[in-house]
Amino acid sequence: MTGLSIENISMRFDLPNGGHVQALKDVSLHLNPGELLSVLGPSGCGKTTLLNIVAGFLAPTEGRIVLNGHAVKGPDAERGMVFQQGALFEWMSVRDNVSFGPRMAGRREADYGKEVDHLLDVVGLRDFKEKAIYELSGGMQQRVALARCLANDPDVILMDEPLGALDALTREKMQGLVLKLWKETGKTIVLITHSVEEALLLGERLLVMAPRPGRIHTEYRLPFADMGVGQDLREVKKHPDFGQKREEILGMIWDMEEEIMGRAEEAGA
Amino acid sequence: MIPLLLYVAIFVAAFFIVRLGARKMTERHDFTSLKTVTFGDESAVRPDRWASVISIVTIFLLWGAFTGSKWVPVHAPGPFIGDTQFTYTAEAPDGARDDATVFIRVFEVGADVTEPEIDPGDGFAKNDVITVGAWRSKLLLFDQNDEITRKDGARIVAIDGQPVEPGGEVITDAGRVAVTSKGSLNYEPPKGMQMEPIWLPPPEAVVARVAEIASEGYQNFTLWEHLGWSLYRVVLGFILGAAVGIPLGYAMGLSDWFRGWFDPIVEFMRPVPPLALIPLVIIWAGIGESGKIILLFLAALWIMTIAARAGVSGVNITKVHAAYSLGASRWQILRHVIIPNSLPEIFTGARVAMGVCWGTVVAAELVAAEKGAGMMIMVASRFQLTDIVIMGIILIGVIGYGIDILFRIAERWLVPWKGRS
Ligand SMILES: Nc1ncnc2c1ncn2[C@@H]1O[C@H](COP(=O)(O)OP(=O)(O)OP(=O)(O)O)[C@@H](O)[C@H]1O
Ligand SMILES: [Mg+2]
Repeated sequence: MTGLSIENISMRFDLPNGGHVQALKDVSLHLNPGELLSVLGPSGCGKTTLLNIVAGFLAPTEGRIVLNGHAVKGPDAERGMVFQQGALFEWMSVRDNVSFGPRMAGRREADYGKEVDHLLDVVGLRDFKEKAIYELSGGMQQRVALARCLANDPDVILMDEPLGALDALTREKMQGLVLKLWKETGKTIVLITHSVEEALLLGERLLVMAPRPGRIHTEYRLPFADMGVGQDLREVKKHPDFGQKREEILGMIWDMEEEIMGRAEEAGA
Repeated sequence: MIPLLLYVAIFVAAFFIVRLGARKMTERHDFTSLKTVTFGDESAVRPDRWASVISIVTIFLLWGAFTGSKWVPVHAPGPFIGDTQFTYTAEAPDGARDDATVFIRVFEVGADVTEPEIDPGDGFAKNDVITVGAWRSKLLLFDQNDEITRKDGARIVAIDGQPVEPGGEVITDAGRVAVTSKGSLNYEPPKGMQMEPIWLPPPEAVVARVAEIASEGYQNFTLWEHLGWSLYRVVLGFILGAAVGIPLGYAMGLSDWFRGWFDPIVEFMRPVPPLALIPLVIIWAGIGESGKIILLFLAALWIMTIAARAGVSGVNITKVHAAYSLGASRWQILRHVIIPNSLPEIFTGARVAMGVCWGTVVAAELVAAEKGAGMMIMVASRFQLTDIVIMGIILIGVIGYGIDILFRIAERWLVPWKGRS
């Protein structure tokens, strides 16, 4: 079976004091190739943990990840990662960062050069390719991270709050870029975010997770990502369904947070 | 005490003069100068170059002024040189008293001196004559030429009219006169406030020494050979230490087994100062070159090991994760992520290690060596050649500082991203 299967994943962290945290409990999901999934949920509900398991950085206590028919054992070039920040290599130029994957695979400049330059064009960093990383703004750095991930041509792209550290305006532009890249490349993308709007805009499918233990609460199929490919994201946001969905999900997360707070108060009392 | 007070006075005076006067002309116009909160913002505290220059000039001025340097226009009062005298009053056993004068010629040490001709005078106590070098003192057996000596029961009861007991002393215009417990006199001319050259030679003497030793050498080697040998030992010891320590540190940062195996050794050796190893190294390897290289190797080894280990643990885990997700192998991650990312730490460690090595080589040469900066000043100190000692100390400081500056320049070149991620 092609696509990405998350099969009955549970994750339990044993704490040094003898207790444990059930970060994820029995999470299952299947993504077809080319699907765009955004994941929402209150803080601490296990989103990062889930992504790290899919990426292969963590082994789940139960369940398994299957990509295109084979089980995931560890990190691999088939699953690219885009982190919130701090994952670029400061000692390399922008271009060397982007060409890192192909170079590590032993490919030659003649072979990957065109592709890398094309990607730099797509993310609008053609004029910055010889610059050092620390000379770029936060938004530019995230564009480098995106380009670097794409240059490696992974089957699945995993993003953990990739736009979380950016200002609202840059963020909006980057959302457009992510949608454009998704349509052009046809990659399977999993994107974690804290912003309900972002999750609606960038989620062909949207997963709302609930905490303690981390689990899937509700799943949506949304039309907005497809709409956003063709038109201005601000127009999409004006769509009546968009506003209604936003309120619905905000309310859902709000209830979860209240429940957590209530439980914390009980525990404290 | 007085030099210290002067130093503080110059510090304060220069501060006000520069702040109120010269500062207006050299106002800086950049981002930091626009910061209004500077007290407590360490990044806004930049060394005032005026203060640095005045600080160095002040040290040389005080040095010159208190050593009578020809290069400095003002001097602290020097030691008394010339002829002077004081009178003592001797009392015979029968109670009779008589005054006699002691004529003194104070001369510059090293200069030729002749005793002045004097008239012995009358009474049972006769006038005496002595010559004393500046800054020195002299025991005067005043009764040698007297008619009634101490054996006969004569004793001193007053100096320049001031009564005095054996064991006591009197400050006269001519200087300090003490009566020893045995009844003889000990004379010390006024020292002034300058330092004696054997304690602290004037700057020009030190400079003259540099020229002399640079061309003629000292203890069979020229100055440059002495310094060159010290530097050679440091560089060789450091390179060997880094060549072993850096890979070891990486191994400790990457492998459980290496970490477990070497942790006790490194943590044990870290607090042992290299100087404490000198005796053992001398026993094992003798005082030749190999002993010193081994010592410096050990001094650099632990520092570089710890720096490399810290460099590995300082790697942001997301960078390593990113590299794995981009398909890099372990070797590629070591080569392209861990090593470059640890370079800033390695450089910091290297600077520390070079400093420690430089200090250690000088100390080791002080203990035993045939050549080297430390040996040069050690031998010179045995012969009271203070100018060579001071010259050596200054050159050791300058070279140590120079090494550090070289490292900082190399750092800016090789790790431009340091502190900017
Ligand atoms: N290494 C760990 N050891 C112990 N507990 C952990 C560890 N990593 C995560 N947890 C716990 O697992 C739960 C889920 O953490 P996770 O980081 O996945 O949350 P998240 O949904 O990404 O939160 P946020 O939105 O704040 O990033 C949290 O309760 C956290 O305390
Ligand atoms: Mg998270």
